[in-house]
Amino acid sequence: MADTLLAVRNLKKSFGGVNATDDVSIEVERGELHAVIGPNGAGKTTLIAQLSGDLAPDSGKVLLDGKDITSVPTHRRSHFGMARSFQITSVFMNMSVIANVSLAVQSHDGTSFRFWQPACTEERLRRPAMDILDKVGLADRAGTIASAMSHGERRQLELAMALATKPRFLLLDEPMAGMGVEESAAMVGILKGLKGDKTILLVEHDMDAVFALADRISVLVYGRVIATGKPAEIRRNKAVRDAYLGED
Amino acid sequence: MSEAAPSAAAIKEFTRPPSLLGKSVTGRYITVAFMVLLLVLPLVAWFTGNTFYLDFSTRIICLSFAAVSLNLILGFGGMISFGHAAFIGIGAYMVGIPAYHGYESGWLHFPLAMGVSALFALVTGAVCLRTKGVYFIMITMAFAQMAYYLFLSLEEYGGDDGLTIYNRSVLNIIDIENKVVLFLLAYAALATGIYAVYRIVNSRFGMVVRGCQSNEARMKALGYNTYAYRLTAYVIAGAMCGLAGALLGNFQSFISPDMMGWTRSGELMFMVILGGTGTLFGPVLGAVAFLVIEEILSAFTTYWALPFGILLILSVLFIKGGLSGLIHRGLKHG
Ligand SMILES: Nc1ncnc2c1ncn2[C@@H]1O[C@H](COP(=O)(O)OP(=O)(O)OP(=O)(O)O)[C@@H](O)[C@H]1O
Ligand SMILES: [Mg+2]
Repeated sequence: MADTLLAVRNLKKSFGGVNATDDVSIEVERGELHAVIGPNGAGKTTLIAQLSGDLAPDSGKVLLDGKDITSVPTHRRSHFGMARSFQITSVFMNMSVIANVSLAVQSHDGTSFRFWQPACTEERLRRPAMDILDKVGLADRAGTIASAMSHGERRQLELAMALATKPRFLLLDEPMAGMGVEESAAMVGILKGLKGDKTILLVEHDMDAVFALADRISVLVYGRVIATGKPAEIRRNKAVRDAYLGED
Repeated sequence: MSEAAPSAAAIKEFTRPPSLLGKSVTGRYITVAFMVLLLVLPLVAWFTGNTFYLDFSTRIICLSFAAVSLNLILGFGGMISFGHAAFIGIGAYMVGIPAYHGYESGWLHFPLAMGVSALFALVTGAVCLRTKGVYFIMITMAFAQMAYYLFLSLEEYGGDDGLTIYNRSVLNIIDIENKVVLFLLAYAALATGIYAVYRIVNSRFGMVVRGCQSNEARMKALGYNTYAYRLTAYVIAGAMCGLAGALLGNFQSFISPDMMGWTRSGELMFMVILGGTGTLFGPVLGAVAFLVIEEILSAFTTYWALPFGILLILSVLFIKGGLSGLIHRGLKHG
């Protein structure tokens, strides 16, 4: 059964002499949680940036639902149902938590060329925003300014904002980076809850989380996919063990 | 998933639109008193025969309005424009040029000033907003200088000698040949401008513009065509400043390309930063402080420019949040 949502075809991107993405082809099935793992500097973030549209590939194609979106700008991809979270927390630091999420909701609630009515009193922004904060466990922090939150909470907010755009396809770049054990466990719980409902491409260093969550795993080393398969297959794979898993 | 109930107060804080006059009660009194004084003092001066202060205040009000418009993009949108005075000049010439040809109606002048400024903002902004950081600053300045040289080259309208406006714009309901009426019109325009900025920055559109200032990459990822929103803000600010220029042109009765030189743009920036970027009344405070200090220093010495420049740079470097920030902190601790 080939119900492919995202197809990456022969993607290449180099920075100077570094081949950050070296002929990468990956297919993500609808409803699948597909993990991408690999050592530091393997090109995981670079791959995500090309999928989200933040970075233009040198060559190759990105297809969403069979449609070539390689040259579609980032903001339009969002309206095709794609959302990303950033490895380096990227929220509106000077805004309250609920304002952060409301702004994400607003993006998918008609035009924002509305110049007069205050946005913050709008129930149709606030209510969905609160629902999502509830989902990621930040409801009690709604009024806090993002810069006053802990790192872990900001990671949760990062996810909340991606979810607020009602995506069908999520690109998550190390959602658990820098989180404590408890916070990581909570995040795994949240991602488990999203599984099946959303198609997810997950980049993560936390191997316990990856093996607990992933339907399939692709291993990226020096910009190349050296293996793709079910978690059990990846665990057994000799090349993967040598290049990456053997490390720990 | 969360155990604790959402803190109702915190959310209410968010869902209440920010007050026009600020959060703290004392702060509100100060703002109101400041705006009332700005209206009443010049009138009192005029009634007691001191026309100079009325004239001076009219200039302050016009430039405050220009600073308020710059603040919309600089303070709320993070667009550091070094060419905002171009709109003042364009606005002024949209009074001067039609008047020169015998068209004296304000109903023509003011819409024309806003319209042409908006168009200039649209065309130049479309290019400028493709760039970031220092490049944006430089290119806005470059476009303003182009406008400067364009008007300089228009011999018909006086070139660098400038153009005299013999009769102020004719508005059939009010007579702005009367200094007091012109002052009141400028004040009304400023008040309306501040209210408009207040509504805009809290609207959906304003939230998007502020989001772009805070984190543009995230805004794109959320699905916003940030370029279109920022350009729209740029055009609104340009049109507002065009109106300020038309008022200033009417007041001065003499206009020249100097009104849009890069030093003028720099002064506007200073006013905004001095008063407090991203605040509603800060630019007015900044404009008042700037022009009053300039006036006082220039009365003392002919070499006022240097100490003035040093004073400004020090204040920008050391007063965090500008004068508004200073007052705000004073209220907190005092
Ligand atoms: N903008 C850039 N300019 C130059 N080189 C870059 C740029 N972005 C990434 N690189 C290089 O490309 C390679 C891949 O980087 P990338 O950030 O994608 O790795 P990663 O797999 O996400 O690593 P990590 O696990 O540390 O997050 C690295 O060698 C990096 O130095
Ligand atoms: Mg990375």
